[in-house]
Amino acid sequence: MRQIAIYGKGGIGKSTTTQNTVAGLASLGKKVMIVGCDPKADSTRLMLHAKAQATVMDLVRELGTVEDLELGDVLKVGYGDVKCVESGGPEPGVGCAGRGVITAINFLEENGAYTPDLDFVFYDVLGDVVCGGFAMPIREGKAEEIYIVCSGEMMAMYAANNIAKGILKYASSGKVRMGGLICNARKTDKEYELIEALAAKLGTQMIHFVPRDNQVQRAELRRMTVIEYSPEHPQANEYRELARKISENKMLVVPKPLSMDELEDLLMEFGIMEADDENVGKAEAAK
Amino acid sequence: MTKHLKCTPKRAKKKRAPHLAPNDQASCSACVKSNRKTVPGVMSARGCAYAGAKGVVWGPIRDMVHVSHGPVGCGWYSWGTRRNLMSGINGVTSFAMQFTSDFQEKDIVYGGDKKLKQLLGEARELFPLAKGISVLSECPVGLIGDDINSVAKQSSAELDIPIIPCNCEGFRGVSQSLGHHISNDTIRDFVIETREYPEPVGPYDVALIGEYNIGGDAWSVKPLLEEIGLNVKAVWTGDGEIEKIAATHQVKLNIIHCYRSMNYMCKVMEEKYGIPWMELNFFGPAKIAASLRKLGEYFGEEIRQKVDAVIAKYEPKVQEIIEEYRPRLEGKKVMLYVGGLRPRHTVNAYEELGMSVVGSGYEFAHGDDYDRTAAEMPDATVIYDDISEYEFEQFAHELKPDLVGSGIKEKYLFQKMGIPFRQMHSWDYSGPYEGYEGFSVFARDVDMAVNSPTWGLVKSPF
Repeated sequence: MRQIAIYGKGGIGKSTTTQNTVAGLASLGKKVMIVGCDPKADSTRLMLHAKAQATVMDLVRELGTVEDLELGDVLKVGYGDVKCVESGGPEPGVGCAGRGVITAINFLEENGAYTPDLDFVFYDVLGDVVCGGFAMPIREGKAEEIYIVCSGEMMAMYAANNIAKGILKYASSGKVRMGGLICNARKTDKEYELIEALAAKLGTQMIHFVPRDNQVQRAELRRMTVIEYSPEHPQANEYRELARKISENKMLVVPKPLSMDELEDLLMEFGIMEADDENVGKAEAAK
Repeated sequence: MTKHLKCTPKRAKKKRAPHLAPNDQASCSACVKSNRKTVPGVMSARGCAYAGAKGVVWGPIRDMVHVSHGPVGCGWYSWGTRRNLMSGINGVTSFAMQFTSDFQEKDIVYGGDKKLKQLLGEARELFPLAKGISVLSECPVGLIGDDINSVAKQSSAELDIPIIPCNCEGFRGVSQSLGHHISNDTIRDFVIETREYPEPVGPYDVALIGEYNIGGDAWSVKPLLEEIGLNVKAVWTGDGEIEKIAATHQVKLNIIHCYRSMNYMCKVMEEKYGIPWMELNFFGPAKIAASLRKLGEYFGEEIRQKVDAVIAKYEPKVQEIIEEYRPRLEGKKVMLYVGGLRPRHTVNAYEELGMSVVGSGYEFAHGDDYDRTAAEMPDATVIYDDISEYEFEQFAHELKPDLVGSGIKEKYLFQKMGIPFRQMHSWDYSGPYEGYEGFSVFARDVDMAVNSPTWGLVKSPF
């Protein structure tokens, strides 16, 4: 069983990419479980065709204690026989979402959700690793492979680099490794080359470049993955290709995060900061 | 029964009612609901998962350093309060000290894992003779997500000493019971089968499980078992030694005393190593004799003969105790409300002194404990689970006990009511109460409480 965690900046498309990739793996005949580690609980809606399955924490709140919970209450089977669990958690501004992740994963372990027939377990984790709870999926004995979803936008790359720092910390004491960057394209300038260069600097690879296509949104509106909604569409092939690459990936590395200066130099090199733009501030200052 | 809830709000009353019921002796099954969340707003006697791990299972192991990981309070207030006595020299062969990572604001914000690592190194250096270290999580550790498992693993390798991480955050579960279970799981995962006994395995090797040496109980029971020819290889965990506990997979029989807190490991050892287990009771002469006879039956003729001899040897002493105390205690009524085994195991000890237990209940028991209680308690006596201070008081008004045996929070309530009281978690600074030796101490203490002239002098100002 390979356990994989998906991280990335908030709103970058982790849940969409994860579910489409998992659908791709399922179509390759793989047995997969998705564990949504985000209080928003939208990591499985495309598999289950429904918003918000009952989350672990919702039921814990209802029943009073986690000990009264049964695995069958929270584990649902969706498209392609994919097992789906959502950790759930509080609304923004209250409580402790990180603990929700710890509670949910402990519950799954203690109640035998990790069955030997599974080929993959995917953890779809909230945008930023803000506290120890969100690092739970990459603790020892859990996910050993991490993919970061990013795009050519500066903040997405900044977040990817930050997450790589987190991986470095866990990699130095355990078995967790970085599997690559998944570029979820935003159609920024020279996006392909830029993310490839970032991956090279981090010591990893851009495992796949997922082009931007509105078919993803059309499928999402119908609560489906592209693979299920329009299996013949070229975008479905992109996700199948990503699934195949992850399935065959052997390049697992300890990342080498960049300094802020290096990251900015990289952006300069690929012309995001045009020379003209560069001079604007200076001209102002000279006056 | 519900009249004892007359001041309880409607919804709480509905929740509480199934936890109070009359005993049906013949049924041999639980008459009350148990192991549920305490109703908010009532005065509860329960503890937390951390208390179950630190105070009950891990804390009594004497040759280890037990670290309370988190802010200082939990460690401080759980230090030595349970009276699980220890032998050895403090700091050399036993470590009954308070170790804590003493979290400050910055440790919550930046994580306490680095501090824990440093602490483990310092503990190793300061106490090189300690045989292991346990890391017991307090609540905040579970919130900020300190990975104590990874720190323990790393430091264990670096410092060459077993370090056991125990994720027993206080907010987990409904009572201390989950702390016992979590601790049992850590023994299963990190301790058992990691050592072997230096001497060859013998046919009469046993371990005493769920015996915490409260007031020296283990020091009364262990010699008794040795007298009938058994080798007690390890005590879990009263005055316990981690390396002997770790080699327990080699014994021939596990004798379990406190079922609630350690049945988990007995079942693990049964499944994994085929070691049978036997639940025995060493409170009161009838139960002691029955327990010893059961061991005699199990181990065969050689042990059986010794059992008969031992029982005969202590018989005059037992008679002497009963003759002395029974006339003064005959007909007196007792109410009990304690922890994991005493509400059923001590019933016979009172009965031998002519007393009757008219009400009994547990703080944190489960259904299988109440199943076992049904047969021990007389018919139609009151059984109460997780009883609140208010309900307990109402029952006392109704049942008019001559003695209440419960915990420190209940003590002053009943003493103010003019009812004699014994703190039966820690034997009220006395003990042992187990074994023949313990029975004489028990009889003396009960007599002293019930017949103290003090109570006649108490006049309520109200």
